[in-house]
Amino acid sequence: MADAIAWFADLGISDRPIAGGKGASLGELTRAGIAVPPGFVVTTHAFDLFLAALEARAPVRARIETCDPDDLAAVTALSRDLRRRVVEEAMPAEIEDALLAAHHILYGERGAPVAVRSSATTEDAADASFAGLQDTFLWVIDAADLVARVRECWGSLYSVESITYRRRQSFPEAGVAMAVVVQQMVDARVAGVMFTRSPTTGDKSVVTIEGAWGLGSAVVSGEVTPDHWVLGKITGEISVREISDKHIEHCPLASGGIEERPVPDDRRRAACLDDATLQALREIGRRVERHYGAAQDIEWAVNREGEVLLLQSRPETIWSTRAAAPVAEPLANPLGHIMGVFGGRR
Amino acid sequence: MESDIKSFPLPSSVAVIPGTEAAQAAYPYYTQFVPEDDERFWFYNSMHFPEPMHHFDMVTAEAAYCALGAFNTRVHILPTTKGIDHRIVNGRVYIGGVAVTDPAEIAERLELFQQRAFYYYENWERLYDQWKVKMKALIDEANDLPKVELPDIEPIETTHSGKGIASNHALLDTYRRQLDGYCRMWQYHFEFLLLGYGAYLTFFDFCKRAFPEISDQTISRMVAGMEAEIFRPDEEVRRLARRAVELGIHGVFEEGMTVDQVFARLDALGNSGAAWRDELETSRNPWFNVNVGDGFYHYHRSWNDDLSMPFSALPGYIAKLQAGEPIDRPVAQLIRERDQLVADYRDLLDSDADRATYDQLIALAHRVFPYVEGHKFYCEHWYTNLFFNKIREFGALLAGRGFFAEEADVFHLTHYELESAIVDLSLAWSSGSQPLGPQRWPAIVAERKAAIAAWSQHRVPPALGAVPDVIDDPAIVMLWGITRENLDSWLAEDGDENGRELKGFAASSGVVEGPARVVTSAAEIGTLRQGEILVCQVTNPSWAPIFQKIAAAVSDIGGSMSHMAIVAREYGLPAVVGTGSATQRIRTGQRIRVDGGRGIVTILDDEMVADHG
Repeated sequence: MADAIAWFADLGISDRPIAGGKGASLGELTRAGIAVPPGFVVTTHAFDLFLAALEARAPVRARIETCDPDDLAAVTALSRDLRRRVVEEAMPAEIEDALLAAHHILYGERGAPVAVRSSATTEDAADASFAGLQDTFLWVIDAADLVARVRECWGSLYSVESITYRRRQSFPEAGVAMAVVVQQMVDARVAGVMFTRSPTTGDKSVVTIEGAWGLGSAVVSGEVTPDHWVLGKITGEISVREISDKHIEHCPLASGGIEERPVPDDRRRAACLDDATLQALREIGRRVERHYGAAQDIEWAVNREGEVLLLQSRPETIWSTRAAAPVAEPLANPLGHIMGVFGGRR
Repeated sequence: MESDIKSFPLPSSVAVIPGTEAAQAAYPYYTQFVPEDDERFWFYNSMHFPEPMHHFDMVTAEAAYCALGAFNTRVHILPTTKGIDHRIVNGRVYIGGVAVTDPAEIAERLELFQQRAFYYYENWERLYDQWKVKMKALIDEANDLPKVELPDIEPIETTHSGKGIASNHALLDTYRRQLDGYCRMWQYHFEFLLLGYGAYLTFFDFCKRAFPEISDQTISRMVAGMEAEIFRPDEEVRRLARRAVELGIHGVFEEGMTVDQVFARLDALGNSGAAWRDELETSRNPWFNVNVGDGFYHYHRSWNDDLSMPFSALPGYIAKLQAGEPIDRPVAQLIRERDQLVADYRDLLDSDADRATYDQLIALAHRVFPYVEGHKFYCEHWYTNLFFNKIREFGALLAGRGFFAEEADVFHLTHYELESAIVDLSLAWSSGSQPLGPQRWPAIVAERKAAIAAWSQHRVPPALGAVPDVIDDPAIVMLWGITRENLDSWLAEDGDENGRELKGFAASSGVVEGPARVVTSAAEIGTLRQGEILVCQVTNPSWAPIFQKIAAAVSDIGGSMSHMAIVAREYGLPAVVGTGSATQRIRTGQRIRVDGGRGIVTILDDEMVADHG
């Protein structure tokens, strides 16, 4: 069998078929020298092995391919059945052993909670924005818990939304597999997102950064209005600073998992990032963008030591896919452009 | 969106402040609001005329709008706009554009404009070289005007030379020629200005479309010239600092000393002091003909009239030299950085076609910008300084003959009234009798002084009349940066007098906190201390030398495209310009925060710190 586990450092963007979009991207970033919390991917080989065991008991893919995405009741019943089967099916021993061994390496001496994230092979594809349809589990501490969470990630491939989405897009089930990212968790003081191309105007010359206190899940889920900055990508000039009232933050629980806490008054309206960190983020954004040769949407976190770490980077898909209209129709005589100003057409 | 029911007061509803009616009526009749003006939109030109106008200083508005309008309406023939009308009420200058709306007339004008404006663009370098020659000739003419004097007895030379013209006529002739020269200067000023701004704005528009979130500052940085005349006065101060060190007399220059104290110390040094004073004279002519404002008020004196500004900068430059720090502007490096910026933005463009257009437009902007940056030194500074100083000579003469108490009182007369006073004196001199002016003018001068004092305490509406749906007058957009959004924000202003936040134009990025130093006249420049934040009414490139010692700069007036903004960026100094009221709302010693990237100034405390000035 091909390896059930692949470390980030051994993966690149071309490994999407075995590591999923998220896993391949984290591998690519790690190789490019970008600071990413260390981790590994439970590959699609592991999933395939697991699925084969499931299929041996009763069909899975065939049932999905024959279901009607517009029949919600049928899809719901199918989803419930498949997810139950995923939870009940024991993980093949060779996968579980490899997973626990890798987890032990990641844990190191002092122990480190991990994030367990679904990483579907179709996810983050430029033509199918699949983000948000699969599960993520934060601050997973216990090894047994980890095994259960990996299985749940696999199971999320059979959520009602996911099945419906795939059927509507007519993805062949044979090409659908789920990898799972297991990554050291950043105890984020501040976290958020960064767009190397303006989400509002498509401007390539600015970097937009949004952040809030605590773990990034509060920003990504939209539970808190983040602080918002716009920086000149080339100049570093900070042209927009909107500091919001950040009333809650997501914090890790000692017993595992996360909880929502109110932000103390003295921090609610305080900027969660200083200028130096904003500039560090901008530099990282530029590096990642240059590395991929395309605008990126990035998730980041700042740990307790003040280091900036990237949690995810995916290609920007809204503006990049639009046909770029020329800024101005080329003219043989540039003076013709002046008429735009003097002709009063403004 | 629902239409805005708010509008500005009508001109006819603006009451003249009680007690100032006579002073108001004394402005020329063609500057007074008439009932038909209610139909039009007017805005207060606080950018150029932030303070109530002395009656004489209105000559600047008159000459400038004569020239601006002539070139827009009749020379270059701008397609959609003609000139600018101006009115004055309570000492404040309101202006209104004259739009062309008839499509047939626009089409006709468009064709003419293309013939004429394109000729200027195509021959820009030759015409600008020619411009400098004729501008210098005009300056020479002004310099060559005879001294303003009226001897009791005509000198014997008049007899020997068979001149045939007595001093009283020469006096009137000098006045008229000086006035004529000033008007010609303003004609030259507008010969290129709109075309220059137009080319700049075309590049600006392209950048805003290609990069919707690019800051104005960044575009300005891409276009900025690095060797414009306006940098030269500051460079001369640096040169003088270097000479002082070379001559070993740098100890003479100490922070906080008056100009006279420095001169006394130099004179005590003998040869080396004299050598430095020779160097100073070389710099002064012409480079110290920069005034500390925008050149629109007679009391914005030049460095030559008051050396406080350059002298207050010398100790700082000398200290840097002795610490082995470079004080020269790194011109080559600045040009490299600018070119890199232009190239980096170019790389972000999507297509070769856009890159080709971008190249064309930046090249054109760079061609025209030497004029846009350079003309101010010749016009608003050098010539204007000569002009107002000549009028001061008339002031001194008339004050000496009892027309009024002080030389500067002359600026309370309109330019017509001043001519009449000169004719009065001329008649009396020729007839051997007494002029009538001394009975007439002192009371009028007192009345107008009181009026200006009253007007300066009075806040005026930023605009009058109905709000237009769109502001599409290219001249108004280019020169005043006024847009429909500006007007809406003016209407939304709630008169937040006690607020701690002042908004202005983001002129130069960076956030700094520190003690404020409010400077309202050049004489106060010497009170500035290292690390203070300068708060002043008008910022101007002539303030550049003190940028090395301040932490940030804030002004009442100015736009993000101003020379001051460019210089502030070069010094890496946070700056917010055009706050409207910083000098009134901030007190010396208060801690303030200047956020130059956002254009916001925050007053951090109410406590008055002891004034070390």
